[in-house]
Amino acid sequence: MAYLLLLPTLVLLALVVGFPLVLSAWQSLTQSGGDIDPATGIIKQGDSFVGLQNYADAFSGAGAGAGFWNAFWNTTLFTVVGVSIETVLGVSMALIMARAMRSTGIVRASILVPWAIPTVVSALMWQLIFDANGIFNRVIHYQVLWTTEGWQAKAAVLVADIWKTAPYIGLLTLAGLQTIDDQVYEAATMDGANRWSTFWKITLPLVRPVLVVAVLFRLLDAMRMFDLPYVLLGRLESGQTLSMLASDAASKTNYGLASAYSMILFAYICLVAFVFIRVLGADVIGAQNKPAKRGGRSARAARRLRTTTEGSMA
Amino acid sequence: MSSAAAGTQIRSRTGEVLSPKKIKKGRAGSIVIAIGMAFILVYCLLPFYWMAVSSLRLPSEGRSTELIPNPISVQNYVAVFDPDNHFGRALINSLVVAGGTTLLVLLLGTFGAYALARLDFFGKVLVMFMIVATSMFPVITLVVPLLKLFSGGFEWWPVNWINSYQAMILPTMSFALPLAVWNLNAFFRQLPVELEQAAMVDGTTRFGAFWRIILPLATPGVFTTAIITFIAAWNEFLIALTMVNQPAMQTANVAISKFTGSSQFDTPYGTKMAAGVIVTVPLIILVLIFQRRIIGGLAAGSVK
Amino acid sequence: MSTSTHSLPRRSLLAAGGLGASALGLAACGGSDDSSSSGGGGGATANFDERGPITFATGKDTSGVLKEFLERWNKDHEDEKVTLVELPESADDQRSQFINNAQAKSDAYSVLGLDVVWTAEFAANQWVVELPKDKLPIDAMIPATVETATYFGKLYAMPFATNGQLLFSRKDLLEDAGVSEPPATYDEMYQIIEKVQGSNEGMNGFGGQFSKYEGLTCQISGVVKSAGGELFDKDGKPHADSKEAVEGLQVLRDGFDKKYIPQEALTYKEEESRQAFQDGKLVFLQNWPYVYEKFEADDGSSKVNGKVLVSLVPAVTGEGTSTVGGLNYAISAFAKNMGTALDFIAFMGAPEQQKAWFEQTSNPTASKAVFEDADLKKKYPFLATLKDSIDKGAVRPQVVKYGEVTQAIQEAAYGCLSGDTDAKAAMSDLQKQLTDLTKG
Repeated sequence: MAYLLLLPTLVLLALVVGFPLVLSAWQSLTQSGGDIDPATGIIKQGDSFVGLQNYADAFSGAGAGAGFWNAFWNTTLFTVVGVSIETVLGVSMALIMARAMRSTGIVRASILVPWAIPTVVSALMWQLIFDANGIFNRVIHYQVLWTTEGWQAKAAVLVADIWKTAPYIGLLTLAGLQTIDDQVYEAATMDGANRWSTFWKITLPLVRPVLVVAVLFRLLDAMRMFDLPYVLLGRLESGQTLSMLASDAASKTNYGLASAYSMILFAYICLVAFVFIRVLGADVIGAQNKPAKRGGRSARAARRLRTTTEGSMA
Repeated sequence: MSSAAAGTQIRSRTGEVLSPKKIKKGRAGSIVIAIGMAFILVYCLLPFYWMAVSSLRLPSEGRSTELIPNPISVQNYVAVFDPDNHFGRALINSLVVAGGTTLLVLLLGTFGAYALARLDFFGKVLVMFMIVATSMFPVITLVVPLLKLFSGGFEWWPVNWINSYQAMILPTMSFALPLAVWNLNAFFRQLPVELEQAAMVDGTTRFGAFWRIILPLATPGVFTTAIITFIAAWNEFLIALTMVNQPAMQTANVAISKFTGSSQFDTPYGTKMAAGVIVTVPLIILVLIFQRRIIGGLAAGSVK
Repeated sequence: MSTSTHSLPRRSLLAAGGLGASALGLAACGGSDDSSSSGGGGGATANFDERGPITFATGKDTSGVLKEFLERWNKDHEDEKVTLVELPESADDQRSQFINNAQAKSDAYSVLGLDVVWTAEFAANQWVVELPKDKLPIDAMIPATVETATYFGKLYAMPFATNGQLLFSRKDLLEDAGVSEPPATYDEMYQIIEKVQGSNEGMNGFGGQFSKYEGLTCQISGVVKSAGGELFDKDGKPHADSKEAVEGLQVLRDGFDKKYIPQEALTYKEEESRQAFQDGKLVFLQNWPYVYEKFEADDGSSKVNGKVLVSLVPAVTGEGTSTVGGLNYAISAFAKNMGTALDFIAFMGAPEQQKAWFEQTSNPTASKAVFEDADLKKKYPFLATLKDSIDKGAVRPQVVKYGEVTQAIQEAAYGCLSGDTDAKAAMSDLQKQLTDLTKG
């Protein structure tokens, strides 16, 4: 029964992801094409098996694999810094919006704007803003050459990415906050908790599951970041990510190496996601379905409050 | 019944429940909040303002930094709908692809998520991880094998799907479906099992219990998932670009990528910004319409 | 914006910037192990007798002139209709669409609009078929353009459009500085800039395309050649670390160091630099001829209207050399109805189409005759200079691994111009990379 219900999902994913993935895994062990015929200039066709050569090239960061470590650290930087700031900003936004109940309609609509603009368009918008003679430099009265190699290019990517996705986390967190029952806060107030400890000991633990799912899917996206630095910075090393590296290798018809980059990125994301779920979100996949207790949310929240105020939260 | 109460509670959560008085705060507090709200508005709308303003300039002044266009011109908007761009048609295609993706994702996602939330079977955690893992593979790497597959490059695949909606919808589902399954799963999980059990004791089939009890209670979660999926599919570019080579079948994002400026070196900022406004605004309106349900649904779908 | 737009793909011409040295043999030496592909192999079976409907894949046409051509063709060829498949405006995106379809052996594209620098790669992989010279108006084309379409002595495409860069100078500022002629060398140019900047506070000097992209390769190839060097010799051997090549790069570096070239030029592509000149912020600009019409616009968008001199690009020591761009038409190896496709590209090369294209898009076409045409001479007063520019910078290499080569050049040049490495170190490092990329 369960398998039957999951079957369509699994079949579809197997077709559109599993199949290309297996193909890529195989291709990452090959090198396509051969030598150029000195008489006709034509490249000999066909793949040859090269074992782990493409992976060795990538990790050695030299020759064909040059740029791998740069892209690796860029990807890591954009993910860690980007997602951290997004989370802090998003949670802050949610806290503010949860408190201010009037005229939130407009604010809630506006919070969707950055998220809803297609990345290819918003990247272009930022290109215009970060132009050497663009509005950003005009406002700060100083000419920063954002789209030249260096920290400022990374900053530009981060600004554009954070702008787009902080509201996404904000919206999910807001939704989470609104499911916290008043009783919890009342209990906290009676306990004499101040605002800061209320936030750390009650609010945050209660919205954690929402945050974990939101941040998890943001992590997956951030690690695969492609269009934004591609449109904003083009070939600048400062913006090169692993996805871009894979695409670049493929565009040079170096399919073996491109597949190897993709597989490495895939493994890296798997690892991060796995650790993330293990550390922060064990209850998100929760192996077993426990019947919900009567009393629902508020009872559970109160229970959680008890445990947290007892200091069992790490 | 507690669960029913939880359901209605969710739907009524537009915020009033969480009244400002729950934590004492004085005038200073409200000022902080007001400043915070202003910050959010500025944060979200300032860059968008620049996009809108840039779209209202004369095409020849695309790089101007005037805060208000002088003169204000709608030439860019006219240019977007130039018959050669097929932009109206592209909007419809986007709607079909994003809508189709959303419907299919909801259908499959609901079944899958229900199984994961309610049924016991071997390897459940593994399946959940496998599902999320499919959205970890770079899309750029999926594209070439899929193009080969859908254009009939493999003998076991009988049909040519190039220039079809399904060739765009199915790959797009690869990243929309995992998100949907996870979200819906979390949502179903928090509905009490006793509800279905009671119904099944009364002679309803499992499917009946799911259809008549769980699904209605899960409506906000389903809406949330729908909106997330829709936005993701609406913004998809690479797959739509690769699978289609007829203007009549291209989506809005692909059409935008084909805008050209007044020379081959010119990035047509004006028309692209105008098109950005055109594709964003309907989405916002759509979301506004569903907003109450989303906010409730997002929360209920993720909090357990 | 929809009016007077051009249908050549954006950046296709600049992407066409060659290496400034003939290196027809380069690919022979460049047979390294991973540049090839598994998707080719259809080339041997070209059958030019098949006829029927075909498709034509190229960048978007918004000038409307391509549409006119197709209407004319389709009216005369009821059973051999040509359908236009518009590709994204970005040259990189176009190329990856072509390659993706070649990988999938798809027959979706019959005639391909190829950037000149792609010829070698597409031919070597047999993604495009060899064309019979006698069925195409090859003799009417500028010889250098034919060379770009040739690989290992065989013709793989028909030249359609070409391009060369020019130097645009501010006549009024030059006169103020007591100069009547545009400078022929960088030295002269820098001297004039020094004078102009003395009396015009905040005026920027020279602008070109120095952002890290294909345009930078064009700038470097040109400047190296005008210094008497070459990045590749006739046998395809790289000489990036020659004294002349280093000197060429050094001249640009000096420009940046002494503020003759503004620091912001590191962000310039064609349009950024065009805008800066048009706003009156630059004394000199090196760019493609399309900018002329914009400078002469009288709707208030141009501050330099009537103040522009056009000449050959500045030289380091010899004659000013521009790299040459262009667009060629090839036939996909996986296409059906190649007979029709062949006729169609011959049609595109006919004088009528060649002239109409140039006239309506401001982009020069490959045919010799257009440069002698009285109407065009009237419309583009600098036509003779442009022909000169194309003739002088004409030779382009056919490198299978062009993608890697151009990126290596950009890395080296950008590192030097932004002040990170000195010219000698940058060029000797580049030499090492080019040697790796071309060793057999």
